[in-house]
Amino acid sequence: MKPFAFSAEPLQPASLRRSLADPRCGAFVSFEGWVRNHNDGREVRALEYEAYEQLGLKEGARIVQEAIERFGVDHAACVHRVGALALGDLAVWVGVSSAHRDAAFAACRYIIDEVKHRVPIWKKEHYADGDSGWVNCERCASHAQPPPARQAGR
Amino acid sequence: MREIQVEYFAALREHAGCGRERLRTAARTPRELFAELSRRHGFPELGPLKVAVNDEFGDWEAPLADGDSVVFIPPVAGG
Repeated sequence: MKPFAFSAEPLQPASLRRSLADPRCGAFVSFEGWVRNHNDGREVRALEYEAYEQLGLKEGARIVQEAIERFGVDHAACVHRVGALALGDLAVWVGVSSAHRDAAFAACRYIIDEVKHRVPIWKKEHYADGDSGWVNCERCASHAQPPPARQAGR
Repeated sequence: MREIQVEYFAALREHAGCGRERLRTAARTPRELFAELSRRHGFPELGPLKVAVNDEFGDWEAPLADGDSVVFIPPVAGG
């Protein structure tokens, strides 16, 4: 399977897991991110994910490759949903298979943490009170500014 | 003047009112282009932005070339 992918369809963990099976591997670790019914004290009814897929696929694949090299695991992959999701839906899946469990746990943790920080995906929450908002973009007042001059783009 | 294609996502897409636009601009860098588009669309404060040029992370001060494709990246929230 591809190291990183986006999916507009529900994720199938059993089939994703099979794609990482390998007789050399004695450990498999996965992480599932689910749609939660609350965030920052507000009741959430539904979510939308939007991705800049051309860049997201490249950055996601770089993260998975980094994890494989850094922790020496045999296989790793990540799939992230896009589109409209309901409470309890699987939003992101990470799987790692490896000879031993320590490396698999560490690589899995690395991938989900880096994906959350680096892959251009945005989450819009729809709240119980009818309001909605882009997560991490809450202070949408005055004028947007790029970072201070001289700072590199990443 | 350069012809640049700009693609918008998430909060910026909603504020621009479109997913992409093609424009002729005197902006020499992504920073100047963002300033021009911010004046036109009245973008709100979104936090620290990144920029991508031709589908790779780019530098705010790197010169733009005719035909470049630019994406301004608001703070992300995957997972």
